[in-house]
Amino acid sequence: MSHWPFLSLLIWLPIVGAAPVLLAGERRPRLARWLALLTALATLAVNLAMLPGFDYGSAAMQFTESHPWITALHVNYALGVDGIAMALILLTTLTTVLVIIGAWEVIQSRVHQYMAAMLVLQGFMIGVFAATDALLFYVFFEAQLIPMFLIIGVWGGPRRVYASLKFFLYTFLGSIFMLIGLIYLYLKSGTFDIAAWQTLPLGMNAQTWLFFAFLLAFAVKIPMVPVHTWLPDAHVEAPTGGSVVLAAVMLKIGAYGLIRFALPVTPDAAQHYAWLVVALSLIAVIYIGYVALVQEDMKKLVAYSSIAHMGFVTLGLFIVFMLIRAQHLDAAQLGLQGAMVQMISHGFVSGALFTSIGVMYDRLHTRLIKDYGGLARVMPWFAIFMVFFAMANTGLPGTSGFVGEFMVILASFAANPWLALLAAFTLVIGAGYTLWLVKRVVWGEPANAHVEAMPDINAREALVLAAFAAFTLFIGIWPEPLVKLLDPSVNQLVQMLGHSKL
Amino acid sequence: MLSTSLLLAIVLAPLLGAVLAGLLGRQIGRAGAHGVTILGVGIACVLSFYVFYQLVWGGAPDYDQNIYTWFQVAGIGAHVGFLIDRLSAMMMVVVSFVSLMVHIYTIGYMADDDGYQRFFSYIALFTFFMLMLVMSNNFLQLFFGWEGVGLVSYLLIGFWFKKPSASFAGMKAFIVNRVGDLGFVLGIAAALHFLGSLDYGTAFAHAPSLVGRSIQIIPGHPWSAATVICILLFIGAMGKSAQVPLHVWLPDSMEGPTPISALIHAATMVTAGVFMVARMSPLFELSTTALSVVLVIGATGAFFLGLIGITQWDIKRVVAYSTLSQLGYMMAALGASAYAAGMFHLMTHAFFKALLFLGAGSVIMAMHHEQDMRYMGGLRRYMPVTYLTMWVGSLALCGIPPFAGFYSKDAIIEAVGASHVWGASYAYWCVLLGVFVTATYTFRMMYLTFHGKERFHVDAHAGHGHDDAHGEAHGERGVLAHAPHESPWVVTLPLVLLAIPSLLIGIFTVWPLLYGNFFGSAIVVAPAHDVLAEMAAHFHGVLALTLHAVFTAPFWIAVAGIVVTSYVYLLNPAMADAVKRVLGPVYRVVDNKFYFDEVYNALFARGSVALGQALWKGADVGAIDGVMVNGSASLVDRVARRARTLQSGFLYHYAFAMIVGLILLLAGFLLVPHA
Repeated sequence: MSHWPFLSLLIWLPIVGAAPVLLAGERRPRLARWLALLTALATLAVNLAMLPGFDYGSAAMQFTESHPWITALHVNYALGVDGIAMALILLTTLTTVLVIIGAWEVIQSRVHQYMAAMLVLQGFMIGVFAATDALLFYVFFEAQLIPMFLIIGVWGGPRRVYASLKFFLYTFLGSIFMLIGLIYLYLKSGTFDIAAWQTLPLGMNAQTWLFFAFLLAFAVKIPMVPVHTWLPDAHVEAPTGGSVVLAAVMLKIGAYGLIRFALPVTPDAAQHYAWLVVALSLIAVIYIGYVALVQEDMKKLVAYSSIAHMGFVTLGLFIVFMLIRAQHLDAAQLGLQGAMVQMISHGFVSGALFTSIGVMYDRLHTRLIKDYGGLARVMPWFAIFMVFFAMANTGLPGTSGFVGEFMVILASFAANPWLALLAAFTLVIGAGYTLWLVKRVVWGEPANAHVEAMPDINAREALVLAAFAAFTLFIGIWPEPLVKLLDPSVNQLVQMLGHSKL
Repeated sequence: MLSTSLLLAIVLAPLLGAVLAGLLGRQIGRAGAHGVTILGVGIACVLSFYVFYQLVWGGAPDYDQNIYTWFQVAGIGAHVGFLIDRLSAMMMVVVSFVSLMVHIYTIGYMADDDGYQRFFSYIALFTFFMLMLVMSNNFLQLFFGWEGVGLVSYLLIGFWFKKPSASFAGMKAFIVNRVGDLGFVLGIAAALHFLGSLDYGTAFAHAPSLVGRSIQIIPGHPWSAATVICILLFIGAMGKSAQVPLHVWLPDSMEGPTPISALIHAATMVTAGVFMVARMSPLFELSTTALSVVLVIGATGAFFLGLIGITQWDIKRVVAYSTLSQLGYMMAALGASAYAAGMFHLMTHAFFKALLFLGAGSVIMAMHHEQDMRYMGGLRRYMPVTYLTMWVGSLALCGIPPFAGFYSKDAIIEAVGASHVWGASYAYWCVLLGVFVTATYTFRMMYLTFHGKERFHVDAHAGHGHDDAHGEAHGERGVLAHAPHESPWVVTLPLVLLAIPSLLIGIFTVWPLLYGNFFGSAIVVAPAHDVLAEMAAHFHGVLALTLHAVFTAPFWIAVAGIVVTSYVYLLNPAMADAVKRVLGPVYRVVDNKFYFDEVYNALFARGSVALGQALWKGADVGAIDGVMVNGSASLVDRVARRARTLQSGFLYHYAFAMIVGLILLLAGFLLVPHA
């Protein structure tokens, strides 16, 4: 195949582009901003340029590149994307542009460093999604912790040190187990090629150990109950842009890892322990829903809401095993699709909600719900967006928030009506915590003189929110293009999971 | 033939109007906003009448086509498409006509409101969602419209968002509806699971295959699949159509401006559940258990929720409880398999209840936004058009021949009486006694509002009600700045236009709707359940039916209610208090709406918050973060502190440790047996 090394370009363009941004220096923030924006836009353009050449009918890895990297260990610099990876990379490139525009006037100190960190982070995250070599994946997986650690630790709130350390240690703890798993698989197979591992025969004992190693690593990232407590702290302390990237993209890396490793490499163990993950997912939906209800800090509320929504992702991924066992292959595919669509949707909706909270924080410098009220009168345009994204968060049909949840609930019913009932409980509790937030923040009389003086959103903020709204609405009204992009890979994965490796 | 572009125009015209009025409200101004939305809804209305005409008289075949694919995953497809048969065509006409009337009325009612453009945007958007709901050919789009009207209802109940009670009522409505939707979504999932498709056509074609299939919800207890599907779907209908025990949101929805009470919370949205069950008749007919549930819940609401209306003082709340009661009637008809009668009552009710609400709104305007009937009385002298049209609506509501409500309600009572499913005799008593209740609250409302002595006085120096925001604290109650007067023509015109069908539509449609197989294949009734066919045997023309009324129980029960109420409220006002005293405990229970709100508040609202607090503080902050995360951090810290003391730097400490270690190692080597 002769084509441009698109994927390398996607990864390294922002990372290399970060250098001139850094060189712009402390004194020239304007230049740094524009350079960063241009780099992000160029990355997005490269990504979009890939779409015409992408084969929507194929489940195979496309735009593949492979170069020997560490020959002694048979490690390759190997890249490639299927529909699943492509969707997540698109989410990354889109989000990064919006985050850079969103930070335009908000970040005032060390602008060049912030923008550079964002670009480097983007490159590493794309690397995670594009890597087809396990060690390369691991390197990117670990590397992206560093810029995020810095973004929280440098530009974060008062407890940023606690939060960034908690974030780092939590994730690092999980990934050590993954590293052991990766080394085991290398010793067993003699390669770090993920595709080869997916067909590697493994005994049940080995699969079980590997499965839990992967599960632990990725559960922290998603995060799943009970290893989720780093997320609310990280969000609360992170600057708006950090929260947006964290919620929109980084959480998906966990689910993506499950899709690439835990599911196809250890299908029998995953099948055997599917009940455990399903149970944890439902706990996430319900238990976290109740916890979200009583939060007093808006960012914490949305953070907990994120955990509940990611519960639908893991539910969709693991309900598949129950459906395969019951021979409901159509429903299995629907569940997996639902998990994927939910990931993309959650990227836009949670990104938009954190952006909205950032807009409020920039004006009042507080995130406490009780300090707000009556924004509909003082900020009518903002109120429109806020209510729209709140509705998307409650899964209103016509917004992207509905599509994935609907698919997962439909699929769950085929597995067991009780699972569907527990999952569908999100309709009630999700509406509860989201609309109560809206009631206290958006409706009512302006709470105090500070609120009274809040100016409505400016053009830059409107642009970011409108872009998020457009994606949310588009997927909600017409999910088929996204579903089509994902479909061959999802189909292949379901086929693969149906075959025992024992 | 119905063309796709025609149908698209029907739904998109109101949507376009809503978007223009909503996003460009400031640019196009007030006249622009009501202009574009009325134009949009007007187009939808005219075209809906055209579609109805084409289907009923023009010989056009039913339309059932997909517009685009929403998603296709393996064999599971979800589409956006239209099914236009007589059932949906009738709903389209009712929805777009009442909506148009409400749009025109709003010009007058909201004239002083800051949110004028926003309001028009909302009601046009509502019309879009409602049309999508009734025109859908599949479960997915049904749910889209279903939740969409719920969203607009939320926004409109909380329209005066500065009032805490309004934004609370909106939230309550949304969340209670979501409880119903929880069942509804599961019902859709069950239908997909058992019938293999989200499209009505395919799903209904497979409906006979449900017979004999079962599902084990509780292990060891197989339940009929049809029953499970239908009851789950009906839970959705209970939320949207405010059936017991999910009715609690509807009375509070009166916090919204009156035009939407008429449009959304009386004529159209709340009847979506009735429409949905009628649409699902091929499924409901397979389960007599589900039909019994529908019948009993509907009939219970018809009687008991009507009772609450007798104790209310707020004119809108009386009409709201009346709506709850009438929705119960419609549901009871469906439970008795008299789907056509339920739909018939839905239609007549849409006209006369919209009329009553808009009339109540006209009164409220005249009273400077006073809604308490204790400060009204004698208004008939000031507003003759409102007075007369409201009487037309009231007589229709009470089922007095030949007003429209007579034909539909009488048919429901007779159908329930003829039904044989479990619970039918209980239901019959409920709907029969409900007639007395209906006559009582209706006449009480009319007497308190329009008749008797004026219980307000005019004081030119009193503050003017129009200046402050609606519904906020007034000066002294019962004092008006100037005398009440009839509302402007934009308000009275819709009243008159709604009074005409409230009077006449029953006479003209009773035969085709009930006995003429009007709905054709859109509604399926199993021969064993076909009560309307039984009733058709006794039908000897509209005139005979009308005259025959004087020999039937419902008529005399209504008359009894009217006589009693007339005596109490016109001749002997002291009676009401005497009755209240005698029935003390019963009155208190009814006046407190059977304590539903109190129980729900304690159980669900406060209970959820308490549970959330407990889980958060106990599990998240306490167990996970406190013990596991920070606990392990402090464990590391403690271990490290201890370990640090080991590195003392004294050589003899290290030597001693080495010796101890060596001894232990040797001892272990000797003591542990070698394998």
